[in-house]
Amino acid sequence: MSDIGYVRTEMLPEKEPPASEVGIIGWMRHNLFSGWINSILTLLSIYFVYKILEAVVPWIISPTWDAGSLSECREILHALGREGHYAGACWGVIHERWIQLIFGFYPPELYWRPIAAFVLLGVALAPVLFADKVPSKLLIFSGLYPFIFPWLLWGGTIWGPISALLGFVVGWAVYTLISKTMSGLLGIILGVLASLVWWLVISSYFVGAMDSVAAIGIEVVESRKFGGFMLSITIGVVAIACSLPLGIVLALGRQSDLMIVKYLSVGFIEFIRGVPLITLLFVASTLLNLFLPPGTNFDIILRVLIMVTLFSAAYMAEVIRGGLAALPRGQYEGADSLGLNYWQAQRLIIMPQALKISIPGIVSTFIGVFKDTVLVSIIGLLDPLGLATAIRADANWNGIVWEIYGFIGLLFFIFCFSMSRYSMYLERKLHTGHR
Amino acid sequence: MKKSVILGAATIAGLAAGAAAAGTVDDVKARGKLNCGVTTGLVGFAAPDANGEWQGFDVAVCRAVAAAVLGDANAVEFVPTTGKTRFTALASGEVDMLARNTTWTFSRDVDLKFEFTGVNYYDGQGFMVPKSLGVSSAKELDGATVCIQTGTTTELNLADFFRSNNISYEPVPIETNAEAQQQYLAGACDVYTTDASGLAATRATFENPGDHVLLPEIISKEPLGPLVRHGDHEWGDVVRWTLNALVSAEELGITSANIDEMAAGTDNPEVNRLLGSEGTLGEMLGLDAEWAKRAVKAGGNYGEVFAKNIGEETPIGLARGLNAQWTEGGLLYSPPFR
Repeated sequence: MSDIGYVRTEMLPEKEPPASEVGIIGWMRHNLFSGWINSILTLLSIYFVYKILEAVVPWIISPTWDAGSLSECREILHALGREGHYAGACWGVIHERWIQLIFGFYPPELYWRPIAAFVLLGVALAPVLFADKVPSKLLIFSGLYPFIFPWLLWGGTIWGPISALLGFVVGWAVYTLISKTMSGLLGIILGVLASLVWWLVISSYFVGAMDSVAAIGIEVVESRKFGGFMLSITIGVVAIACSLPLGIVLALGRQSDLMIVKYLSVGFIEFIRGVPLITLLFVASTLLNLFLPPGTNFDIILRVLIMVTLFSAAYMAEVIRGGLAALPRGQYEGADSLGLNYWQAQRLIIMPQALKISIPGIVSTFIGVFKDTVLVSIIGLLDPLGLATAIRADANWNGIVWEIYGFIGLLFFIFCFSMSRYSMYLERKLHTGHR
Repeated sequence: MKKSVILGAATIAGLAAGAAAAGTVDDVKARGKLNCGVTTGLVGFAAPDANGEWQGFDVAVCRAVAAAVLGDANAVEFVPTTGKTRFTALASGEVDMLARNTTWTFSRDVDLKFEFTGVNYYDGQGFMVPKSLGVSSAKELDGATVCIQTGTTTELNLADFFRSNNISYEPVPIETNAEAQQQYLAGACDVYTTDASGLAATRATFENPGDHVLLPEIISKEPLGPLVRHGDHEWGDVVRWTLNALVSAEELGITSANIDEMAAGTDNPEVNRLLGSEGTLGEMLGLDAEWAKRAVKAGGNYGEVFAKNIGEETPIGLARGLNAQWTEGGLLYSPPFR
């Protein structure tokens, strides 16, 4: 006999959680009103967000897209009964000038060239950025792209980039020939020398000769015509693309056992990091002009590109050195015990891990470089901020501030935010956390 | 990058450096383009329009010189320069001339080794205050907060003025004119001081320009003019007399409308000499006979350029004032063409 009157033999079906714990209400209870302090903070935040939106949204919603000047904007707003300094935005200025803000003074009939250059940039970057989703044969195009990019933007004869490419081919041919018959080091030295001889001496004759045989080319666009976001992106892309390899070399050089290489790298990095970018830009724009012989036409954008690249390379080197320092000693020893030589060890074992660790730092350096490109407005190049000044100097638009700077800020945000999201995607993909 | 092109160019440039000491006139003619330094943007004086064409009062000087030397008012490469880069750009030969609202001062002329080729605008530092302040003279500004651009001569002029009048002020340092407009409208300062032309242009952009007044005191002399490198006198003469030609054309009644008619020959020998139907002035300058005719045709005489870009019909609305002809009580006085 048992006293137990009742034993349940089957499980109860699961009940819905209480309404106060799930759904929107539950989420709000947990995240917004989980205690009286948090509730007060939430209400205060909502109040402030509302106040800001209340002021900003009516300002943004302003039917002034077709206005031709600031006074026309004011008339339109006046007719709507909206008065005051912040009655509404004057979007006419964006309508009239957005193309200029993007392309600068580039000839309108040639807009397809920068567009093509940046679309192809995406194609060239795809095998690098999304290695798992794109056929790796595209890498050939990525290798050729550095020669296509300047040709599309600046134009000129097609033999220029071909000749620059041939320089690499000549160097490589000399290297393989010599390193097979004689020593590898001699091959490297002679190969580099052969490339330099090609670029410095033979190239101009080659270009001239080929040009007289078959003059294939597109219209030349001078650097002075570059402006707006096109200029920013050009400087940003070139600086980013060149600074990563340069930074890797510098970081390795800093860790090298060879004294001269080491102190050259340390000296370069510390010097560049000790000098503000603005100073380097002033050197590029004014000091170089005074040192170079009069009449030298050393392209201003090229000077800026070199300076920005060197600047970001120094920072990149330190970011990558951080990655190298984070690798345990055993990785180096493991590579040695496998009998790998220095470059094999770097390529197969050290760099893949060091770069993976450094991704957040590398990307934030990239973003920093891209934003730093606006500093060129100080030396008189018309990047978006420089153009903003120029546009505001138009008698029609003088007095407009927020609309232009807001537009520029929005575009910069889009670029920088996408870079940051890509870096997060890459980190997730590579699991850099070692979890 | 185009390494070969760059290095090649640098090498050639190095070799050519010795030979490149020829005069700027010849350089410009050989290049077929005038490199003219302008501001990166100043209302009425230089700004690109929506099509990327530069317009403005200083720009007109560049175009006139290009028309005189090259025969084409559009054969100008405008090089935007900032206050910090303008002088090195000129000294290094990056630009052939500056037409960039630059004040003619002793040290710039003598110490920096430039040559001012005349004055195309007589400016001076003024004050703007809200009407509601009830001030009618700058001497009543005791204790006022003043918005002032840092690192400019206006800052020093302001200090001098207040000290000599034994009154005090509180400076509100600002960096750019745009910032000044915002600060002034927001009431961060009682007074905004800068060049009078800049004040007028700024006031014209306000929602209610009538609520603000420019005080009568002008506390400094700011003669703005084009400049060239010291030592190249042939080129300096070309720029100087192109500017003089614009001024003289107004004085002699030559406008872009009647210039063709007058160039055919008139009873006034100076007009004939200026426009090349008489005498050999162009030849003396190293140009052809019709140089001045083209310069005036490019944008009109001085008065037309003034009226089109900054005059009373424009939103900026500057009166001629000091910039009227000497016959009308102003300071414009071109030496005679003979």
